[in-house]
Amino acid sequence: MAQILLKNLRKTYDETEAVRGINLDIDHNEFVVLVGPSGCGKTTTLRMIAGLEEITGGEIFIGERLINNVPPRDRDIAMVFQNYALYPHMTVEQNMSFGLRLRKVAKAEIERRVKHAADILNIGELLERRPKQLSGGQRQRVAMGRAIVRNPEAFLFDEPLSNLDAKLRVQMRTEIKKIHQRVQTTVVYVTHDQVEAMTLADRIVVMNHGIIEQVGSPQEMYEAPKTRFVAGFIGSPAMNFVPCRIVERGAALGVRLSGDITLDLSAEQSKRYRGYLDKEMVFGIRPEHITERRQHTNENQLDFGCTVEVLEPMGIDTMVFMDIEGVEVTARAAPKAVSNPGETMMFTIDMNNTHLIDPKTDKVV
Amino acid sequence: MQTQQTAPEPSLRERLVTALENQRVLGYVLMAPALLLILIFIAYPFVLGVWMSLTDKIVGTSGTFIGLGNYDKLFASDIFLTAAWNTVFFTTIATIFKAVLGMWLAVLLNRKFRFANITRATVLLPFIVPTVLSTLAWLWMFDATFSVFNWTLRWLWQMEIGIFGLVLKENWGFFRGPLWLGDPSLAMASVILVNVWRGLPFFAISFLAGLQTIPPDLYDAADIDGASGWKKFWHVTLPLIKPVAIVVIVFSIVVTFADFQLVYILTRGGPNNETHLLATLAYQLGMGSGNIGQGAAVALFMLPILAFVIIFQLWYLRREGVR
Ligand SMILES: Nc1ncnc2c1ncn2[C@@H]1O[C@H](COP(=O)(O)OP(=O)(O)OP(=O)(O)O)[C@@H](O)[C@H]1O
Ligand SMILES: [Mg+2]
Repeated sequence: MAQILLKNLRKTYDETEAVRGINLDIDHNEFVVLVGPSGCGKTTTLRMIAGLEEITGGEIFIGERLINNVPPRDRDIAMVFQNYALYPHMTVEQNMSFGLRLRKVAKAEIERRVKHAADILNIGELLERRPKQLSGGQRQRVAMGRAIVRNPEAFLFDEPLSNLDAKLRVQMRTEIKKIHQRVQTTVVYVTHDQVEAMTLADRIVVMNHGIIEQVGSPQEMYEAPKTRFVAGFIGSPAMNFVPCRIVERGAALGVRLSGDITLDLSAEQSKRYRGYLDKEMVFGIRPEHITERRQHTNENQLDFGCTVEVLEPMGIDTMVFMDIEGVEVTARAAPKAVSNPGETMMFTIDMNNTHLIDPKTDKVV
Repeated sequence: MQTQQTAPEPSLRERLVTALENQRVLGYVLMAPALLLILIFIAYPFVLGVWMSLTDKIVGTSGTFIGLGNYDKLFASDIFLTAAWNTVFFTTIATIFKAVLGMWLAVLLNRKFRFANITRATVLLPFIVPTVLSTLAWLWMFDATFSVFNWTLRWLWQMEIGIFGLVLKENWGFFRGPLWLGDPSLAMASVILVNVWRGLPFFAISFLAGLQTIPPDLYDAADIDGASGWKKFWHVTLPLIKPVAIVVIVFSIVVTFADFQLVYILTRGGPNNETHLLATLAYQLGMGSGNIGQGAAVALFMLPILAFVIIFQLWYLRREGVR
């Protein structure tokens, strides 16, 4: 239930710089998700907050307290590990109560809290079992139960769902969200799955190579990514990136993707991109913003034609792959409206949802 | 298929091949060599030993059956009772020391530090050196007059530093160190010391292997749950290493209980039988005095005790496996 403040946090292992200066302000009861590719320093950051990893530089505050040199047991946080880290020799009940017993909490109080957590998590019947006798999903719940009974200032999760099968993962994801709504607490949640990040987070922190690329609400991250990395990382299927050139189109500007395809920019966009005239840029657009030809709903929608290479039906939509100047571009079309591979198909593209990236800085301009 | 046609008589080779394809037959065939070796080298000497313990065989005679006569005699003899008690005492104390120190050493070695691997290898040294050699070295170190122990003590005495010097002055007089192997109360301690020194690496390395199977996550979890170093050891390390520890301890009890080389080289059971163990007594009676029947009886006396220990271990392992 506390704020967590990271100030210029750094961590260096012998040679590797795992975390290279992170600044983050996490609010009361906020659900913050650290997301990023493997090796970007998410776990390291989380473990520094937990106190399991020494801090090379910078400061961490929980509430008002500087906790750089406070041992984990005095930080009042609880952590759920990727492979649960349940004590194999203890029953579920003992696993959950271990922290409370160490803290000499009264017996009746321990019982009450364990029962309360077991109710929330629906594991009342499992209390006498040992971890070995539980399924993956049940272990996951017990691990969360161990955190809940502690009633800590903050919960830390390190990829808690990555050991579950796809279906259970979706189920537990919803469950975690529900639990957070019931047990109001600050949560720092690490994952490399951007869908998990989008669905769970109040705020997403995208990390890459030990630094924060961007912080924002899921919607902001989706609509207004600030870097090529974030644009490509958030959203599934991933955004298309096509090398392009900004060209003059009468009074306005256009984006030339290939000899055949040049897309007009709106007056407002033309003004914004004026400085990039005749420059090589990268044009970014999500598959869902290229559809089969449709009635236009705003004046910034354009039609263009292209040869269909491959179709991937997904049920509700069909992914259409085409080739623009050697770059694979994906569109998302209604299954009934797609043409066969090899044929030319007409598409509608929504220019309001495009992003222009400067390849020199990889920033969205 | 032409069923009417009688198949040609199968050749010997073919019949053999068919037989071997039967799993039951093949199983026995594969087991036979091992079984044969066990019969020749273990079962036969064992049965012979049991038989001899029931005879009054003396070297050179064939001996006659005297039932439990040897055992009767043993229980009436002081030296046997002393040796039995010594063996129990020796085994208990040595095992306790080895287990506690071994665990301590393993925990230390399990930490990350420079040269960890070399240090771990070095710890194994006492285990690798042949017991006879290392024990001879200890024999030399224990020597009352010329050895390094007493030389050091004497040196301390001459320096007259601290309480140590005073104790030396009062009890052992000027210039004389203790008779490590000659003094009745020190001899047993010395023998135990050498046994602990020799057995420690086995404990430490086995425990270390056990420690390394404990997932580091559990210690992280315990850290966050609020456990201090000692609590982590008590609530996480110890319970998780228990299965390994039981096996190691039981194994060590069996080996220590039947220890022979150490005592034989250091004291030969002396002084005044203070360090006589069942194994050395059996040897002394059987080989030294040629009273083979009696020697066999002493040796066999260890059997039920060790069997009980091993059965306990098997029972425990099976129970752990079920859990
Ligand atoms: N104990 C360590 N010693 C040396 N380097 C380490 C150690 N732990 C992590 N690293 C390095 O630090 C970097 C960040 O690691 P970290 O575990 O934080 O990544 P992550 O974002 O959690 O990745 P993943 O999604 O794969 O779990 C990596 O390059 C890793 O190799
Ligand atoms: Mg990680």
